[in-house]
Order: sequence, then C-alpha cells, then structure tokens
Amino acid sequence: MNKPIVATASLAGCFGCHMSILDIDDRILKLIEVVEFNKSPIDDIKKFTKPCDIGLIEGGCCNSENVENLLEFRKNCKILISVGECAIMGGLPAARNGIPVEECLREAYLQGPTTADGDPKIIPNDDELPMILDRVYACHEIVKIDYFLPGCPPSAELIWNAVTALVEGKPIDLPYETVKYD
Amino acid sequence: MKEITFKIDGKVIKAKEGQTILEAAKENGVYIPWLCYFEGVKPAGSCRVCTVKVNGMAQAACTTPVSEGAEVDNSSPELEDMRKALIEMLFVEGNHFCPACEKSGNCELQALGYRYQMMVPRFPYLWQMREIDATVPKIYLERNRCVQCFRCVNGITTPDGKKIFGMIHRGERDVVTIDPELAAKMTDEEALKAMNLCPVGAIIKKEVGFKIPVGKRKYDTQPIGSDVQK
Repeated sequence: MNKPIVATASLAGCFGCHMSILDIDDRILKLIEVVEFNKSPIDDIKKFTKPCDIGLIEGGCCNSENVENLLEFRKNCKILISVGECAIMGGLPAARNGIPVEECLREAYLQGPTTADGDPKIIPNDDELPMILDRVYACHEIVKIDYFLPGCPPSAELIWNAVTALVEGKPIDLPYETVKYD
Repeated sequence: MKEITFKIDGKVIKAKEGQTILEAAKENGVYIPWLCYFEGVKPAGSCRVCTVKVNGMAQAACTTPVSEGAEVDNSSPELEDMRKALIEMLFVEGNHFCPACEKSGNCELQALGYRYQMMVPRFPYLWQMREIDATVPKIYLERNRCVQCFRCVNGITTPDGKKIFGMIHRGERDVVTIDPELAAKMTDEEALKAMNLCPVGAIIKKEVGFKIPVGKRKYDTQPIGSDVQK
C-alpha cells in the first residue's frame, strides 16, 4: 500500500500550530515512515504535485490569497482538517471582525502609533497584494471541513492522535487533557 | 420536613420537599451539568444546560422542585446532545476567543465544552460587536463573553441590598450593565467576588490577569462536575 500523503498550510495563522506539529518530537521519525509529505512549509514544496489524503490547515481566511489557498487544498485533499482556533473560529485575527476594513487600514497605516510623521500617508494598494476580506472567516465558513482540532495551539498529542487515527483507520483517542481551546 | 424519594437514571435519590432536582442530585453525588445556576444565588433558569426529562418532559433541573416517585432522565444520548447543542449555541452567540481570555482554564462555559468534547460549534458564528465597559475602577465588563446567566444580577448587592448589576434591553439585544455609582464604591474583595461569580470572562477584575499558570487552573486536568459526581 502506498503511504498516505499529507499536506499542510498556514493561512491567517502565526505558525504556532505548525510548531505544535513539530512538538511531536522524535515521533516525527515514525511519522515520515508512515506518511509522505507533499505541499507544506515543513518540506518547502510550494505546489501540489499529486492528490493528497490529509490536509492540515492552520489559520482562518483574512485575505483573497488565504481563500485561494484553502480552495486549492479542498480540491487536492480527500480529508481536510482545521487545526487550531484561528482555522476553527478566526482566532486573534478575527478580533477585527465587526470593525469596518477602512477603519482597520486607517488605524494601521495612517493614524496608528507606529506611523511616523515623515512617512508617506498611504494605504498599500498594489495589484500584487492580496485583497483583504471584509472580515476574518473560519475555514468551514469557506469550504467543507471534515475534522476540527481545537487549541491555541492544539497539543502535539492531539495532532499526533488525529493523524495516526486517520492513517491506521481507528477511532481517535481523546483523553481530557488533549482537548483545550487555549 | 417531608422526605421525597425519586429516581435519576434508575438511582434512588432522597431529597427534602421544596428542594430542586439539581440540588438533590448534587447532594446525592449525581452530576447534572449546569451553567447559570450558582449555589446560594436565586436560579434564573436561563441557560437550560441542566435540562433533564422529568417523567418524559424536558425541565430545567435548577428551577424544578423534586416530586415523589418522579423518573428523571439525566443521561440519554438525545438529552446529552441537546445540552451539547446549547453549549455550542452559547459559543457562537458571543465572541469566545479563549486564547485571549483571562478566564480561560477557569471558565465554566469552556469547561462544559471540554466535558462534551466540542471540537467546533455546529451553528454559524454571529460575530457580535457589543460594547466593552471599562469605566468603573475595579472591574470591566466584556459583554461579548456574557451568557446572560443573571448570577451577577442576583448575587452581587451592596451592603444595603441594592443590585450593582442589571440587564438592559430584551431578547437578543439583552446586555449586562452596571450601576456606575454603586460600582465605583466596590472594594477589591467585592470585585473579586463578582469575577468569581461570573461563569465566563464577562466580569474581569482590573490590574490582575493570567495569575494562575497553565496546568494549575481549575479545569486544566479535571473535568467540570468531577467534584460532584460520586
């Protein structure tokens, strides 16, 4: 049997969830024996080279690039998992939800305490830049998500238990300490 | 006082007449999950998390008195899923950013989420934008976290019996508010009492935060209800 293929992405996240994946410590050696990695910041593969079995998504969607990436993952992964609070409910970036985008940009680029007097007073608007969305979206508000692993970040145990349960086709082991929202 | 005998999931419970099902269950080592109820505070019956089936009818255990010979269902899958749905509904109704909340680890709503292993709420998020009130000296009100339990309304009064907290508006616009004059006189102890009475992070004492390290907080290792369940 071919090894299951795993892809990962960090959208509007802080890479903390990816750090938590690395927190499985030496079990990473076991992991690379049982799965193959495709598009992921872990192996630096930038584009999908084949269809994948499991997609791990960190972060919600705050701009058009995040949405594009997420749609790409949905298209290429049989099972898509929201990993962490940002993917599940927007997380800290979603603190801006409810504040109009114009007000956020004005505060960040024109009036905020980090803008110096001599700075050019512009809101970046280059075609190369992804468009910022009206609010931050949870991943399951954009595409169908199959499983959710809460936590900020989810513990390495939870990620390990989820991935191994999927690979072995067994129910996930969920001790009390593994499911936390912070 | 007359003794009442009834059953919860087949277990015989002895209670005093006039006691609520929730109190009687607690005394007998049976955990019925609750959120808005607080021992010693007049129950509001607003959250419905303690819903049980009394002779087949759904009732809030915190406000329903015990009755002789009643058969109470506290564990059927249908009931447990309804409670989980209520908890999930509270999570989407406000903004519960657990990673950024001072109450995380000691929050009863969060602890219920853990107990029921909520991985994601099944309902769409409402993304509320309720005003934060930080105008009084000792505490601030983060209304986006309020679950309208009425604990602070019914449980926090001045020495001469005046209510410091109250609710304004009705229905979905319902928000907790504070009497600025009475709140200005709150002592540190009263502010702490109010914070501890709040099941979530809606009432936060100013100038302290994240005092207890992760791992040592109330619900880090023990599920909510562990102290009741025998």
